Amino acid sequence: MDISLKNVEYRYQVNTPFERLAIQDVSIDIPSGTFLALIGHTGSGKSTVLQHLNALLKPTAGEVVIGERTITSEKKQKGLKAIRQKVAIVFQFPEHQLFEETVEKDICFGPMNFGVNEGEAKRRAHEAIKQVGLDESILQKSPFDLSGGQMRRVAIAGVLAMHPDVIVLDEPTAGLDPRGRKEIMDMFYQLHKERNLSTILVTHSMEDASRYADKIAIMHKGEVYKVGTPLDIFSDPEQLIKMGLDVPEVVKFQQKLEKTFGYKFAKTCLTIEEISQEMPRFLKRGEA
Amino acid sequence: MKNSLVQIRNLSFKYDENADYALKDVTFDIYEGEWLAIVGHNGSGKSTMAKLLNGLNFPKEGSITVDGLLLSEETVWDIRDKIGMVFQNPDNQFVGTTVQDDVAFGLENHGIEREEMIKRVHNALESVKMEQFLDQEPHHLSGGQKQRVAIAGVLALRPNIIVLDEATSMLDPRGREEVLETIRQLKASQEMTVISITHDLEEAAKADRMIVMNKGQLYREGSPEDIFQLDEELISLGLDIPFPVKMSKMLKGLNIPVSKHHLSEEELVEELWTSHLKM
Amino acid sequence: MMEKMIFGRYVPADSVIHRMDPRSKLIIVLLFVCVVFIANNAITYGALVVYTLLMLAMSKVPMRFVFGGLKLVFILIIFTFLMHIFLTREGPIIFELGWFKVYEEGLRQGIFISLRFFLLILITSILTLTTAPIAITDGLESLLGPLKKLKFPVHELALMMSIALRFIPTLMEETDKIMKAQSARGVEFSSGPVKDRVMAIIPLLIPLFVSSFKRAEELATAMEARGYRGGDGRTRYRKLVWSGIDTLMLLLLLALTILLIIFRT
Repeated sequence: MDISLKNVEYRYQVNTPFERLAIQDVSIDIPSGTFLALIGHTGSGKSTVLQHLNALLKPTAGEVVIGERTITSEKKQKGLKAIRQKVAIVFQFPEHQLFEETVEKDICFGPMNFGVNEGEAKRRAHEAIKQVGLDESILQKSPFDLSGGQMRRVAIAGVLAMHPDVIVLDEPTAGLDPRGRKEIMDMFYQLHKERNLSTILVTHSMEDASRYADKIAIMHKGEVYKVGTPLDIFSDPEQLIKMGLDVPEVVKFQQKLEKTFGYKFAKTCLTIEEISQEMPRFLKRGEA
Repeated sequence: MKNSLVQIRNLSFKYDENADYALKDVTFDIYEGEWLAIVGHNGSGKSTMAKLLNGLNFPKEGSITVDGLLLSEETVWDIRDKIGMVFQNPDNQFVGTTVQDDVAFGLENHGIEREEMIKRVHNALESVKMEQFLDQEPHHLSGGQKQRVAIAGVLALRPNIIVLDEATSMLDPRGREEVLETIRQLKASQEMTVISITHDLEEAAKADRMIVMNKGQLYREGSPEDIFQLDEELISLGLDIPFPVKMSKMLKGLNIPVSKHHLSEEELVEELWTSHLKM
Repeated sequence: MMEKMIFGRYVPADSVIHRMDPRSKLIIVLLFVCVVFIANNAITYGALVVYTLLMLAMSKVPMRFVFGGLKLVFILIIFTFLMHIFLTREGPIIFELGWFKVYEEGLRQGIFISLRFFLLILITSILTLTTAPIAITDGLESLLGPLKKLKFPVHELALMMSIALRFIPTLMEETDKIMKAQSARGVEFSSGPVKDRVMAIIPLLIPLFVSSFKRAEELATAMEARGYRGGDGRTRYRKLVWSGIDTLMLLLLLALTILLIIFRT
């Protein structure tokens, strides 16, 4: 499903003393199958953009096209539910949304809200719990008896069981330890490939953005600063650093080397393997 | 510097009789003026350690001695005066309705005179660079700012030790950097003993000494340089290794001469540069 | 919906009312609640309205915002008004349409009681809009201070209130987040049959309770770690200052009271 934001503006608390412009003139195209990383500081408007992707927020100006539907600032919008089944969001700390007596019921909750029958929902629960790397025996436990990491996975399973076409991830690995982070991200990436999903990842991790995304959008002070492939984005690290954003360690390292040696690598390397391969050539170049 | 301030001896703890040991037979010392990082994956026992240190839980076996005082029900309040804690969730430790009220909270508890309180609140906020936010309410602050206020609240009480219990794990990179920078400066300016409990390896790499916890036990103790030589072993413990170490290793594998696993990028760049000059 | 609510919300500004001592504001609101009942005719109610609007003007809080935020209250007030119109059957009939009759007394009471209700809400809103919640708590603690001698837990109450106030924005934010997370899972909070909407409250409330308990526990731990052991021996960082304005404002209310007593019938 294609999603496209056209000149979207959003103001919080319109007509109160607390009115605040959150984003303006945001235009991003997310064709079906894209893995988009949305990066920027806290308060740059990322979360606001994210909530437009399944019509949790309606733009105060501009339009959001989600598949066949167009969402504008007009008053009443019917049938937003259909959109929400297709575009699922895993919010930050999704474990906070758990509420049912058992893990199984909680995972079935989403699908059943969208009209899936109980038998099918349970089948999906079994499938989803395995996808997130947990044992099926956990399905009959109370979600509140689980560890923080397990709760996170259960919450994610609840979203996967909705079988969305587009999955929006708001810092899905925040607070996890390194192993947990890697496992969760690898799982989403695998799903992205297998099910041909569109994935939108809101993240602070430049490493994740450069590793998984095929397109990166940088938000800055409520506007889209730049959209491009990871290579486009990180080949100009100076600009990002000036904005107070991070760049992947590899890029930083390359930058330091280039500065010390006084000449450039043949290309911008995004992985540790790439830069290692370039290294012998880079080190020798000084002799010539 | 090698003046032992805290002695932890054969410490064991269970949350529940039938549960597994959350901590088992842990022994180590904390030295005056050092920055000690206690690392481990989620559930390795590192947070239990923090709770025991502060007397929020009492050990089943073993002992903790802080600055000569053996931790017990009787001494717990005196020990809390010596150990300041900064917890994980920036919101759930912000008691006051504004920044200055929050810093003053601990002082009020200790019955400090108002004049003295005002001085200490201002000084503490200055040392974490939050003095312009005196009357700000917590929901208008970023996570990093809230954590700095929490640090100020601790500093105002002038403890000997400050414990950061995963204090950066819920922050964005900017917030994390703010907090770590604050700690670095405090260490430099006022001989503070810092214990940071973390799974952030970049944070741990900056410490003077590291303790690796695994399944409730002390797995390894040493300088960050030593610990990060463990390499694959750390990854199998659910941890990671910092980028420069990974890079050094990778280059070594390609027969590029790198003398050791560097902890900082600068060092690695430096070595590549010198060896390049000799080529 | 939530974001338009003004109940318990503080709008910082520099106005006479903002600068007043919370104690005098609390006393005034308390007295006003009594004074309102003195009024019983057009002149006295008029005086009350003028006084309240004067206070509102002096507070410098935008009118549009205040009245916008009281929308829900207006519904209640209209309801009260209609109840009186329908149920009071005294005095001459002034309007008749089939079985529906409006009596003079019903209209009179309807107007006065809704007005009274409205003024009370407005004056309390002015208090909360112009006084930082913590200042209200401080004011209360100070005013209730004498009750400590009767073993009344004044300190505990004040601390509880200040913590509750401190966490209102946090919990509102959290409510909003959970609502959004559950909406994304197909819950409809604002459309669909009433039964479904009532049921929708469960996936909202349970997570809210769970996280509040967790917060409470962590907060208690953090407080203990910072040496909190109850009210004994605690000193106070905040200090309240009673100034000339406060006395003046009290006198103004006193003047209003006298006026009302003179002109009531």
